[in-house]
Amino acid sequence: MLRFILSRFISLSLSLAAASLVIFLVIEVIPGDPAAFMLGLNATEANVAALREELGLGGTLAERYWGWVGGMLIGDFGTSYTYRVPVSELILDRLWVSLPLAGYALALSTLLAFPIGLIAASRRGTVADYGIMGGTQLGIAVPNFWFAMLLVLVFAVNLQWFSAGGFPGWQDPMAAIKALTLPAIALALPQASILARVMRSALLDTLGQDYIRTARAKGLSRRQAVLRHALRNALIPVLTIIGLQFSFLLAGAIIIENVFFLPGLGRLIFQGITQRDLVVVESVTMLLVFAVILVTFLVDIAYAAVDPRLRRK
Amino acid sequence: MIEIEHLSLAIHDTPILSDVSLQIGKGEIFGLVGESGSGKSMTALGLMQLLPDGAELVGQARLDEIDLLTKSEAQMCALRGNELSMIFQEPMTALNPVQTIGDQVAETLLIHQAAKPSGARRIARDRLDRVGLSHIGMDSYPHELSGGQRQRVCIAAAIALHPRLLIADEPTTALDVTTQAQILDLLKELVAEEDMSLLLITHDLAVVADMADRIAVMQTGQIVEQGPTADVLREQRHPYTRALFEASSHQPERQDQAAPEPLLQVRDVVRTYPGRRNGLIQRGAPVRAVDGVSFDLHAGESLGLVGESGCGKSTLTRAILGLEPVQGGAITAFGKEVGPEMPNALRSGIQVVFQDPYGSFNPRWRVERLVAEPFHLMPTPPSGAERRDRVAEALSAVQLSPDDMTKYPHEFSGGQRQRIAIARALITHPDIIVLDEAVSALDVSVRARILDLLADLQEQLKLSYLFISHDLTVVRAITDRVLVMQAGKIVEEGDTETVFSAPRHSYTQKLLAAAPVLDIAKETPLDALV
Amino acid sequence: MSRLPASLIFGAAVSAVFLLAALVSFLWVPHDVTNLVIANRLQPAGGAFVLGTDQFGRDILSMLMVGARTSIAVALVAVGIGIVLGVPLGLAAAATRGSLLDEVIMRGNDLIFAFPSLVIAILITAVFGPSALNAILAIGIFNIPVFARVARGGALSLWTLDYILAARTAGKGKLRISAEHILPNIANLLIVQATIQFSLGILAEAALSYVGLGAQPPTPSWGRMLAEAQTMIYTHPMLAVLPGLAIVLMVLGLNLMGDGLRDLLDPRLRRARG
Repeated sequence: MLRFILSRFISLSLSLAAASLVIFLVIEVIPGDPAAFMLGLNATEANVAALREELGLGGTLAERYWGWVGGMLIGDFGTSYTYRVPVSELILDRLWVSLPLAGYALALSTLLAFPIGLIAASRRGTVADYGIMGGTQLGIAVPNFWFAMLLVLVFAVNLQWFSAGGFPGWQDPMAAIKALTLPAIALALPQASILARVMRSALLDTLGQDYIRTARAKGLSRRQAVLRHALRNALIPVLTIIGLQFSFLLAGAIIIENVFFLPGLGRLIFQGITQRDLVVVESVTMLLVFAVILVTFLVDIAYAAVDPRLRRK
Repeated sequence: MIEIEHLSLAIHDTPILSDVSLQIGKGEIFGLVGESGSGKSMTALGLMQLLPDGAELVGQARLDEIDLLTKSEAQMCALRGNELSMIFQEPMTALNPVQTIGDQVAETLLIHQAAKPSGARRIARDRLDRVGLSHIGMDSYPHELSGGQRQRVCIAAAIALHPRLLIADEPTTALDVTTQAQILDLLKELVAEEDMSLLLITHDLAVVADMADRIAVMQTGQIVEQGPTADVLREQRHPYTRALFEASSHQPERQDQAAPEPLLQVRDVVRTYPGRRNGLIQRGAPVRAVDGVSFDLHAGESLGLVGESGCGKSTLTRAILGLEPVQGGAITAFGKEVGPEMPNALRSGIQVVFQDPYGSFNPRWRVERLVAEPFHLMPTPPSGAERRDRVAEALSAVQLSPDDMTKYPHEFSGGQRQRIAIARALITHPDIIVLDEAVSALDVSVRARILDLLADLQEQLKLSYLFISHDLTVVRAITDRVLVMQAGKIVEEGDTETVFSAPRHSYTQKLLAAAPVLDIAKETPLDALV
Repeated sequence: MSRLPASLIFGAAVSAVFLLAALVSFLWVPHDVTNLVIANRLQPAGGAFVLGTDQFGRDILSMLMVGARTSIAVALVAVGIGIVLGVPLGLAAAATRGSLLDEVIMRGNDLIFAFPSLVIAILITAVFGPSALNAILAIGIFNIPVFARVARGGALSLWTLDYILAARTAGKGKLRISAEHILPNIANLLIVQATIQFSLGILAEAALSYVGLGAQPPTPSWGRMLAEAQTMIYTHPMLAVLPGLAIVLMVLGLNLMGDGLRDLLDPRLRRARG
């Protein structure tokens, strides 16, 4: 198992390296001269030269690339052009909003999806199954930010159970979680619908396998066969989807901040785009990609924990 | 004592079983024989009440004092694995891949609350030892075991609670000859030790001839004949029994017409594969699938290649067809070199028929296009009317109608599809046809007719066959000479009859000893010998 | 003619309505959406403005129709990119399984998968500015590994079948086999995946427009309608409800159609239907 983790870790590092290369090339090479690009209409020769000096764009491409990567490894993400503060400071605060939100939504969607998928598969063909399939069809079709708006309308405006937006900070954890609840629900609904359907189809697939027949022949009831044999095998395809979901959830979290006025990575990055603050865009993109790759790594490890056939690497 | 009386089954109103009655005594081995679709598996599933949805079962089935068909599902759960158990045909998929074998055997005990977890593990270890797996750890996973070993695990789990009846549904069909013999011996021993009844379901008459005390022959849902094994096989009262017997031991009429000149020459051929990936960069040691094989195939000859799975015969086949390169030695046909670079004209002289009638054809192509595919090898492939004529000719040669060329493969039965495959192999008028387990997937009666067809074609068209099979009976029926392959090497070679009656190499002897034989002399009806 | 699944009929009907609306919008819309007549702002539904107007005086029905055009165009071209680039890559990877090419394609796939469409959109728009074209690129690029993976998976399971060996014995090379045998037999998989990616594309385009990274004004888009409606949500909730409903219905229709297609094209069921 240790050897497996090690090989996956090497994969992870390689992916990170490749991703960082792609981001670097897009941000620093494609616009031609990043400094001129950032200054836009203010791009006089003097200004451009000054900015190039400031951003350290003097070296060769390779030097700049290693400088950037090296900086990130020690936590230096450069200085924001617009705000004139270290990007790391900007990111840290916002990270504490976006990541917990994505995590919260992931937990909610998984907790919802598992029992729903299980029920649908065990009662295949019954009213319950059709109802669940219909409901999840609807859930998949709903854009999460629109659902968020509806939630605000119903729960914040009409019922006044939640505030309509804003984030009070983590000093009061309960208040913070309350502020993240409506957003998390909005994010979780479509993902839970997808996950429930995957769970259902994965379970139905495993239920058709020969080893279930063997289990029944040993005297296990239908329910025992599902719980003791089908479930764990169905987990394997489900894990893939959960891993993929995290990247969608992170993207969704960033978008949904707009509805709830949450001070997360979203506003930072969208402003960065409009203000052409390439430093911010470069670093935040890298961070997002890092999060996705990290989750893929964890999912791979989870796979090997569930499926012993993968461990003999 | 197991009594089945007037059992009838319909699934979604399609009749499957009709008035099936039989009795199995205590400690008796009962053979239920029939071809696919005869209903033998359904009888067993009916006893266990594991039938698919939409099944309607009427009749009576009693296991001593227990009236099986009146039991509720919960009551049946208590009985399954406990008083009556079942093992199935495909050991490779019969076990949960993410659970250890120890847990899966112990589960039988835990489910029926026959032991606490620690006690269950001890008993499971004991059962695994009993079935011959004392050298395999309880924490092993199924993927670490071979097919035969997995079947043993299934047996261990099935007999853990000393059931009164064990049902074995084609338990060895998917296994090698030698493994089959071991599993059948194991079952015999267990029956004697546990005083357990065994209902052995199989399509192979030779297997029941060896094993069963009494047998019943089934055809389309009905029992056509039953009684003590020796009596049934000797008397063969029902025409279907006679047909089945004849087909099982069928020898097509052939004339030995081998010419001395070799068409295909295989010299010291070596084929290695790179080893499995060990890490990101490393690989294990290379695998020698074919390790220095040499033989000749003469014109007009039918040469058999016998071996168990993993011996390298498939790899050798692909090399002979020029689909894969060889790392040592050489293969020549008609004096020219055979390999992936060989010219199309040479390829058209060596064609192939595969095993699986269901994977042999692109399901979206019509028969005409399928049979005509090898025309790709010709510099100017025929088209239009000429093509249709050639296809019609090939289809007629295999006793199908030329009108069949407009149909799709799924409209044909397994035997008919193999005929189409033979037609495809014939279309370029080859001299050599490689038959890779070509009849292994067919029912016994269908198989006999295909073997007849192959024998006729060989005589009419002056073909040479390389007949690859793991089934010794088939090889004996249709080949002049035979090669025995083990672990990449040919260990014995000679005339078929000689090798089969007086094998010299220990492996050949082991193979022949393991193969169940339908003893013709003992069991042929007296009037047929005249 | 066998009975078509209900889901297919219903889904196709709903999708067709939107497609029709989008096509019609090229020729005619009830009211011009580029002409902002502030005097007409916030009219209720009924009368000249069937679904009412927004805070800029634009007719909502017309906006929905033209917006349908945007959504469909973006999602369609993005699926096209995914298929045209992804399927050949997947087929090539399967045909050369285990080779360097296969490894490179798989690693490339994994790399793109690490970048959600939103992130790709961010990268592209940071450098090139926001537009519908960039939304198409962002969604399309992410579609490539999706189709490559589906094509590769489907193809791999076919390469082991005997009829492929038979084709090789007939002297056919891998390219020809991929085209003649493999591609037609994975077509069903690809069609179903295409409807899924199409509906995902609609959702993705809406999300990108919502945050301003998609089609720019004056081109209407459903996502931007939602962004603009957000400020009015307390007083005029319908402005937010209607575009959202349009998205839900369109995606629902496409998904149902995809499900129905999958049932229709399932080879096991097809054999039973004959």
